[in-house]
Amino acid sequence: MSRKRISFRTELPLLIWLVVVWGALWRDFSPGNLVFGAMVAVVVARVFYLPPVELSGRFNVLRAIPFAIVFLGKVVAASLNVMFLAIFRGPAVTNAVVAVPLRSHSDLMVTATGHVISLIPGSLVVEVDRSTSTLYIHGLNVRNDADLAKLRREVQDTEAGLIRIMGTRAEMEALQAEGWPATRGARS
Amino acid sequence: MTPDATGMDAVIDAVTAVLLIVGALMSLGAAIGLLRFPDLMSRMHAATKPQVLGLFLVLAAIGLQMRELWVWPVLLVAWIFQLLTVPVSAHMVGRAGYRTKHLHPELLSADELEAVVLRAAGEQASAGEEPAEEKDEEAGKQP
Repeated sequence: MSRKRISFRTELPLLIWLVVVWGALWRDFSPGNLVFGAMVAVVVARVFYLPPVELSGRFNVLRAIPFAIVFLGKVVAASLNVMFLAIFRGPAVTNAVVAVPLRSHSDLMVTATGHVISLIPGSLVVEVDRSTSTLYIHGLNVRNDADLAKLRREVQDTEAGLIRIMGTRAEMEALQAEGWPATRGARS
Repeated sequence: MTPDATGMDAVIDAVTAVLLIVGALMSLGAAIGLLRFPDLMSRMHAATKPQVLGLFLVLAAIGLQMRELWVWPVLLVAWIFQLLTVPVSAHMVGRAGYRTKHLHPELLSADELEAVVLRAAGEQASAGEEPAEEKDEEAGKQP
């Protein structure tokens, strides 16, 4: 079989997550249960092979916590915003499909950005172009070019935040060269 | 549950009630959105966002009422899975909806994907490989 060997280090986050789910489902975080769960996790990860997730090797907790809090706040804002639009705008709402080029080309970063922006106000991923790492985003209540630019900036700021948490060194340097948080102009 | 002297129970009950009611209101908001929005993709907005927050509030209410430590990891895992799966399902539905043209172009103030799809279709037509019917299958995206 032409499987790429995954190093234990790359696999570790997946194994830890599986053990946490195991413990949560058994409602038992005693050492014995966790050790058995770890054995099950290793077997599952070996038998049901998945392509490895390429992590960058760095994770900034100090930036992750504020990001998570802001994210929760945005989820609340998004829900209220959608409710408001549903009740007061309804059928008259105007939308747009926007192309947003991302800086990073790593699958993990594109996926994470897509997830986060799907849950914050007014945006939903419609299509992903992996070769150019462009997200096509459906924006709710985008009436004019100003709204459009706002949406695009929001997505790119989200990506910048994620890069600062877990991007590679090269991505960080590119971000600094760009003079974050100054925003990048719209492409095309 | 035995009522205690400090009145903590009353406070927890009140907080639980608020969480449950707001959570239910969020689900109501999602339902109103599904009814009121004009096309598939704006409905997906309604189906994803208030619902995630609503579930969070209801799970928090459950956690408060159970008053057991073991329940929190289960609730947290349930919510994380919700966070991970909801955008994916919304994306798949939205993507399928766009490709099968379940949208109202007159309600879009801009559509930057259309040009890309047309260009990819044009390239394929000039290459003469694909029949015209399949042109919107390929927009240069590989899964």
